[in-house]
Amino acid sequence: MSSRLREQLEEALFPPIVALLVALICGDLLIMSYGQSPATVYRLLLEGTWGNAYGFGQVLYKATTLTFTGLAVSLGIRAGLFNVGAESQLAAGGFVAALLGLGLSPHLPGIIAIILCIIAAAFGGAIVGAIPGWLRVKFGAHEVIVTIMLNFIVLALLNYIVAARLHMPETLHTPEIHNGAIPRLDSFIPAFHGSAANLTIVLALITAGLAWFYMFRTKRGFELRAVGLQPDAAEYGGVSVGGVWMRAMILSGAIAGLGGVNYVLGYKQYYEEGFAGGSGFLGIAVALVGRNHPVGVVLAALFFATLSQGGLAIHAFVPKQMVEVLQGVVILAVAMSVPEVRAILRRSRKPVAA
Amino acid sequence: MTGSPTATGNQEALAIRMEGIDKTFGAVRANRGATLEVRPGEIHALVGENGAGKSTLMKVLGGLQRPDAGTLQVNGRDVTGWSTSDAIAAGIGVVHQHFMLVPTLTVAENIVLGMEPTSGGRFDYARAVADVEKLSRETGLAVSADRKVSELSVGEAQRVEILKTLYRGAKILVLDEPTAVLSPPEVRELWTVLRKLRDAGGTIVLITHRLDEVIEISETITVMRAGQTVERLRTADTTPAQIARAMVGREVALTARDEAEALGLKMQGEDVALGFHPSDDMTSAIRVTDLVVLGANKTRAVDGITFSIRPGEILGIAGVEGNGQTELIEALAGLRPIASGLMRVNGHDTTLENVSERRDGGVSHIPEDRHRRGLILDYSIADNLVLGLQNEFAKRGIMDGDRISENAQKRIQDFDIRPPSADLPAGNLSGGNQQKVIVAREMGRAFSILLASQPTRGVDVGAIEFIHSQIRAARVAGKAILLVSAELNEVLALSDRVAVMYRGKLTKVIPASEASEETLGEYMTGTKKEDAT
Amino acid sequence: MNPISFLTQMLRISVPYLFAASGGVIAERAGIITLSLEGYMLTGAFAATLGTHYTGSPWIGLLSGIFGGLVFGMIHAVATIRYRANQVVTGIAINLLAIGVTRFFLKLAFASSSNSPRIEGFGGNNAWHGFDNPLLWMGLLVAPALGFVLYRTPFGLRVRAVGEHPEAAASLGIKVSFIQYVAVALSGMLAALGGVFLALDQHQFTDQMTAGRGFIAVAAVIFGRWDPVRAAIACLFFAFAETLQIQLQGTQIIPSQFVEMIPYLLTIIALAGVVGRAVPPAALGKTAE
Repeated sequence: MSSRLREQLEEALFPPIVALLVALICGDLLIMSYGQSPATVYRLLLEGTWGNAYGFGQVLYKATTLTFTGLAVSLGIRAGLFNVGAESQLAAGGFVAALLGLGLSPHLPGIIAIILCIIAAAFGGAIVGAIPGWLRVKFGAHEVIVTIMLNFIVLALLNYIVAARLHMPETLHTPEIHNGAIPRLDSFIPAFHGSAANLTIVLALITAGLAWFYMFRTKRGFELRAVGLQPDAAEYGGVSVGGVWMRAMILSGAIAGLGGVNYVLGYKQYYEEGFAGGSGFLGIAVALVGRNHPVGVVLAALFFATLSQGGLAIHAFVPKQMVEVLQGVVILAVAMSVPEVRAILRRSRKPVAA
Repeated sequence: MTGSPTATGNQEALAIRMEGIDKTFGAVRANRGATLEVRPGEIHALVGENGAGKSTLMKVLGGLQRPDAGTLQVNGRDVTGWSTSDAIAAGIGVVHQHFMLVPTLTVAENIVLGMEPTSGGRFDYARAVADVEKLSRETGLAVSADRKVSELSVGEAQRVEILKTLYRGAKILVLDEPTAVLSPPEVRELWTVLRKLRDAGGTIVLITHRLDEVIEISETITVMRAGQTVERLRTADTTPAQIARAMVGREVALTARDEAEALGLKMQGEDVALGFHPSDDMTSAIRVTDLVVLGANKTRAVDGITFSIRPGEILGIAGVEGNGQTELIEALAGLRPIASGLMRVNGHDTTLENVSERRDGGVSHIPEDRHRRGLILDYSIADNLVLGLQNEFAKRGIMDGDRISENAQKRIQDFDIRPPSADLPAGNLSGGNQQKVIVAREMGRAFSILLASQPTRGVDVGAIEFIHSQIRAARVAGKAILLVSAELNEVLALSDRVAVMYRGKLTKVIPASEASEETLGEYMTGTKKEDAT
Repeated sequence: MNPISFLTQMLRISVPYLFAASGGVIAERAGIITLSLEGYMLTGAFAATLGTHYTGSPWIGLLSGIFGGLVFGMIHAVATIRYRANQVVTGIAINLLAIGVTRFFLKLAFASSSNSPRIEGFGGNNAWHGFDNPLLWMGLLVAPALGFVLYRTPFGLRVRAVGEHPEAAASLGIKVSFIQYVAVALSGMLAALGGVFLALDQHQFTDQMTAGRGFIAVAAVIFGRWDPVRAAIACLFFAFAETLQIQLQGTQIIPSQFVEMIPYLLTIIALAGVVGRAVPPAALGKTAE
């Protein structure tokens, strides 16, 4: 039993470790191409993120959104679906939350307004997730392409609505919401002053916990993972594959939509064109590095958030774009080492005799 | 049988000489020290049960697999570990059991692929068609060169496969189970072609597990069992019984069907007496009327079948694979819609019920393909033991871990699943133990109907015996069992009644005591027909 | 609306799509999912800018651009073929990588985070309306040329066989990986030419200048059902719609966002099979065991 756990851990941990080493080497080269010392730059990167409260607050803020999108992508993958649409689901979640926030009376108790806005965000994302789910179940349209295409369609649609109906003059964002704002962390811990970190992080952790429970402890989760691994066997086991796919895409979209809460309710209090800013796509990286396990996803979200915030910390020495290169390198390296590590580990283990 | 001029005599250069071939895939040792010697100009049969390692040995010969150990010589030259292209260049042509044809390309394109005729760097399609037509005329293998492969019948596709090897100048032709999907006239046609090729100086290796074919066409026989070569026989000097014994490794029990009562076997698992529900017709636990099931391309894969099985009875379905058996079982299990007709279980109409409703109603199902359907290979043994029973093992939507592991301990012990560790992924088990997991799940629970499809395919002898004894014990316990197997021996050994399925119909139903390989064979190949009642 | 200016504008818009979609077709016909067209284009545009800037010759720029696409194509190929990495993930990673790499080196080479200095381009004689640009002609010819390669050469036959049934191809001694490497390398180079055209046409590189064109090309590949000529027709159609929207700007008949949606909506409709189902090569995305 413990050996089984160790095997699983080995398979899960080796690829990110390999990727980290590859990324460090690439980073060295990039830093040296700029005539700087890697050691200094890496130290700055760490100091600017985990070394002070503001930087750490920013890391937490960014990790919050990535946790949602990473969980959304992982849940889909566990059901055998590749949701590349977290980007637009995130935007739709934020948009619907902002709409509701605009419509709510300022006299409504804050906690109720927040809960309503959170539900609205999940709803917005779920709608966008449901479309590719339905097209897959009904017509067999491949969800990868549909979600990619839907990203462009949904973002263009939201842009149109904001531009034509809702924007503040001279800006690309909506007016501030009247109710439903989520408190920032600096209102409890003053050291975080200035950082965007807010209580949405609690929602992210709760969502991660619930996602874990759903996937690994419930009957629905048992069926969902069965469909993801072997749809024919799941069907044999009395599971409706189409039903699982539909449910998985709706849930995945809803979780991605919740990510919109972080920006709209927790940070700016308005919806702004382009606020998703690639967090949906980075969610794929987070899911991949986190090996589609909620604990891994949270850790991977922290890692990518650190990279992203770290770019700002080193910008005086090396352009912050370096971390974008490293993100790409990490994803590639993990994607390449996952099948390889599994093959090597399985070869090295003794086959079980009959 | 054809009298071959080749004598057992002296050591001329062998066409093929394989020695001590070892090949392991993951947990499976497909070949262990296998040997094969084929003389030039003979038709050589390589026989053995499913999973005996025949296909792997031929993949090594064709350069698709590299052996872990052992040597391979072709025409006296050591070519161990060569590549596919080397093998093709040396005149080896392999016709795989699953056709290796690109459905979207035409016949001519498939045949010349990799050796395309060109003119000025362009692919000369007109010449490809002309070449193929010429070859087709010369060999008598009729194909239409310009048609897409996706539109061909199975027989035509096989002719394309053979032409593919001949186009490359194959002198040694390997055919892997070539008759599994052919109709009897197509089989006769194939024999004519093979003899013609042999007479023109070709060497042919035929992989099969059908003894009638071996006797009819081959001159020499190599028998494999569990990855090893166990016997090399001259066809003229042997009998089917002798070959069968070598294949199975023991006397084939053709009369063991009452062994269960005699030994007082007891069924493993929960239920010993699941009360029979009162039915309108107490003589049948399952009754199927005019069942029609559509297969690929909307053909009537099951074409109006009627039968019933009494409690405590085993109905065995014999037949060449691909005659609708898969569709029949899947439709009865709820995995495929019933196009028309009725299915009643214990008097209760289940025609429109889904998989779980039928399972709840007492239908258990051992599927034919355990890797695709029967198991989730990455799930643990414990989780696989509740697959399909997840409702029973969940409380308010949450899986009940304690009961799942309790269930696993019990099943592992009762059904002797090895190694006995509930957390091990099913994919790490041997074929026999994987099958035991399925048998434990389906037969360990309370059920009244068992649909058993190829229950012992590709498992070791020990597991075969165990599974057979479980099926017999279930019969004694009053279960109604529908058994489908490609192994006629198995059908004859277990069944009370035997039905032959041919082209979607049951062409003959007789008590097993009156059935023999010879009589059933005629119905299986469609030479005799008689609509069953 | 002047028909000549409409046509030239439409063709100029279509050329990057035509190159990129051809790249998508060749790689996907060999069985490799290619969501990385956007990344190849961006790299091609940037490499062409570097080459032209340092030598003053757009022809050297063109070659550098092709080389840039080749490098990124080979990354995709090695990851997905040698290391059996998930093809969707790899494609997305390459797009992120291309954005990062071009930004980083834009900063390093030109100390700017937005654009390069002005570079030379092809043509430029106003009387020719852009038809003196050899890349425009190459773009218009690339699809028929690719059609010839796919359907009239042994290599093309092998590509089609590999994308449909790799085991069958392998059983005839065809080196499946080799065919796929060549196809993906070609894909990188072709798509990069789309980026080269953009950079030379606009006489500079700007951050993320491909602006999603690679995904429009992906849409064209699917809408064109993986056939080079049909994909090219899809590209021309998408370019037509875009030109119409630009020419109608100010009239406010249709908001631009709705025109932007057209390629994507059509692709989803094609995938759902409303008008003739788009069926991909059978082995697309399946990594060999």
